[in-house]
Amino acid sequence: MSIFVDEQTRVVVQGIGAQGTFHAKRNQAYGTQVVAGVHPKKGGTTWEDLGVPVFTTVAEAVEATGANTSMVMVPAPFTKDAILEAHAAGITTIIAITEGVPVHDMTEVYDTVVRRGGVRLIGPNCPGAISPGKANVGIIPADITMPGKVGLVSRSGTLTYQIMHELAQAGIGISTCVGIGGDPVIGTQFLDVIKAFAADPETDAIAFVGEIGGSEEQLAGEWIRDNIPDTPVVGYIAGFEAPEGKQMGHAGAIVKEGGPGGESAAEKKEILEGYGISVAMNPSEAAQLMIQRLS
Amino acid sequence: MDLVEFQGKQLFGRNGVPVPPVGSVCRTVDEIVAAAEQHLGEGSSAVVVKAQVKTGGRGKAGGVKLATSVEEARAHAESILGLDIKGHVVQVVYVEPASDIEEEYYLSVMHDRVGKGHLVICSREGGVDIEEVNRTNPDAVVKRTLTPHETADGLDPATAREIVTQASFPAEVVDSAADLLVRLFAAYLAEDATLAEINPLIRRPDDTVIALDAKVSLDGNAAFRHDGYAEWKIDGLDADDPLEAEAKAKGIQYVKLDGAVGVLGNGAGLVMATLDVVAQNGGRAANFLDVGGGASADAMAESLDLVLRDPNVHSVFINIFGGITRGEEVAGGIIEATNRLGAFPQKLVVRLDGTNADQGRRMLEEANLDSVVAAATMQEAAATAVRYAAEQA
Repeated sequence: MSIFVDEQTRVVVQGIGAQGTFHAKRNQAYGTQVVAGVHPKKGGTTWEDLGVPVFTTVAEAVEATGANTSMVMVPAPFTKDAILEAHAAGITTIIAITEGVPVHDMTEVYDTVVRRGGVRLIGPNCPGAISPGKANVGIIPADITMPGKVGLVSRSGTLTYQIMHELAQAGIGISTCVGIGGDPVIGTQFLDVIKAFAADPETDAIAFVGEIGGSEEQLAGEWIRDNIPDTPVVGYIAGFEAPEGKQMGHAGAIVKEGGPGGESAAEKKEILEGYGISVAMNPSEAAQLMIQRLS
Repeated sequence: MDLVEFQGKQLFGRNGVPVPPVGSVCRTVDEIVAAAEQHLGEGSSAVVVKAQVKTGGRGKAGGVKLATSVEEARAHAESILGLDIKGHVVQVVYVEPASDIEEEYYLSVMHDRVGKGHLVICSREGGVDIEEVNRTNPDAVVKRTLTPHETADGLDPATAREIVTQASFPAEVVDSAADLLVRLFAAYLAEDATLAEINPLIRRPDDTVIALDAKVSLDGNAAFRHDGYAEWKIDGLDADDPLEAEAKAKGIQYVKLDGAVGVLGNGAGLVMATLDVVAQNGGRAANFLDVGGGASADAMAESLDLVLRDPNVHSVFINIFGGITRGEEVAGGIIEATNRLGAFPQKLVVRLDGTNADQGRRMLEEANLDSVVAAATMQEAAATAVRYAAEQA
């Protein structure tokens, strides 16, 4: 098994411009069922690069193709409406890749789609999710990893690839890798993914990559201690050297000056270690810790 | 993006949140003196001379002073202009007619990252550090998280009354404070603020309440629907480093730090990790720079140019993980960038991994560039870059 994306995933792509086409094509070539595209003005045509139909609305795409998952690649100003539309059309898994969505937009989306709608929303500002050998929805490079038993969850894209790659070189594959995104408001939190991994019989160990800012890692850590103390869990928190009050690339990666505390990498590491979780000082060390735990 | 006080008051004012009479924005002693003369001449018994900096604790640092005469205003002007408040040098001063204060309260609306909603904080104890009040007397601080669904038509006046009543505001001001809170909440939503804080909110002798201070942060991601926040960009207010300002204009994610190893990588997480690894190898990063997903020759050249122009940079660590961007494209970008930039004394320690990394490394080797040193792992690259930085320094 795996979580969130697999052989049953049928993807409709919202945003079929150059970027959307490039990545959807790669997802399709990997074996993911990409079944439709949506464009307000190109309904009724065929998405040539993928050989699938284009619809005017998500609802039409769902009805005609049985799509159950949406990949959102529209520009930031339109992301809120795109996600709300996918939800209204009955899509149950929404993966939003788009970066730069206003925080008020996402707060509203979270309230409607996740809190009240119960939909699995991943992102925004995330690389997507891959279950090796089954499906890849998003921009994660599939060829650096392979099927296996480690579940990987991360707020960072390239850092995730780094760890997947190091694990693969040691012969360790993954069940699913989920990039949850680097924004302050995201649909799926660390804890949601950890719970899903804990319930997945084919995930035996969990690696996570956190960042400075917020407190989601701590919530996940506390749950791990209370519920799955025997599962090997290894982590890394990026940003030990990040100064207070400076946003480090990701909108959510900031240790607020005079903030609530617990937002720095050192504080997170200390808290997580208090929960019995191994936290590495850098990504290579995290991969090595996982390799040791599994050998 | 953070606003300074006078900008926050402008924003409040246009959204109907009551503020003191409009003051004057000054940059020189003469301007401050002229403003004081004007406001005192128009009947104000005193003016407040206030440093405009994007940090807290202005009062304690001597950046806010009351003047009852022009001479006093001049003395304050001389002491406040150029004052260093937590690393922010005062270049802009706001001269405002003084307000009569009966009582001081606290009121704010901010984005709640944990609760994924809008957090209203209200306290009868204002004019002091609210975090401190929260620690010593938590009962005096009322916090309420509201969901977008609950506030789809704005903050309900009844809810606003409930909040200020719960915070024990005196009966005489409950109505006006609740009304102000409704307006503050509307301003926070309309302006895409992530924080709209009033500390203190004051009660005047006539029992009206006004925002005596204003602290506002705006969401950078929402700039597209506010003309890029152009109206708030004013010289002398941004403590931004010039290189940071230039990077921002070019859309490059760059943060100036104080070490000697320039850092350039793809992906915010990987770059943060790079800073960590440099430090673990005994060095310090000179900057954070995320070249982005593509790592094209153009992006690489612009980014490298930016990093190298920091005079503190004695070596550069280029850390690229090829995902969708393949190794040979990245290598091509580095070669092209070094050709364009001409000769420079710093070594570029390149660590290239991921998709087609072998091919990329071979290209770099064949190009035989004087400045480029290849490294196999992040650790090795960090150690090498730190060593070169020490040798160059």
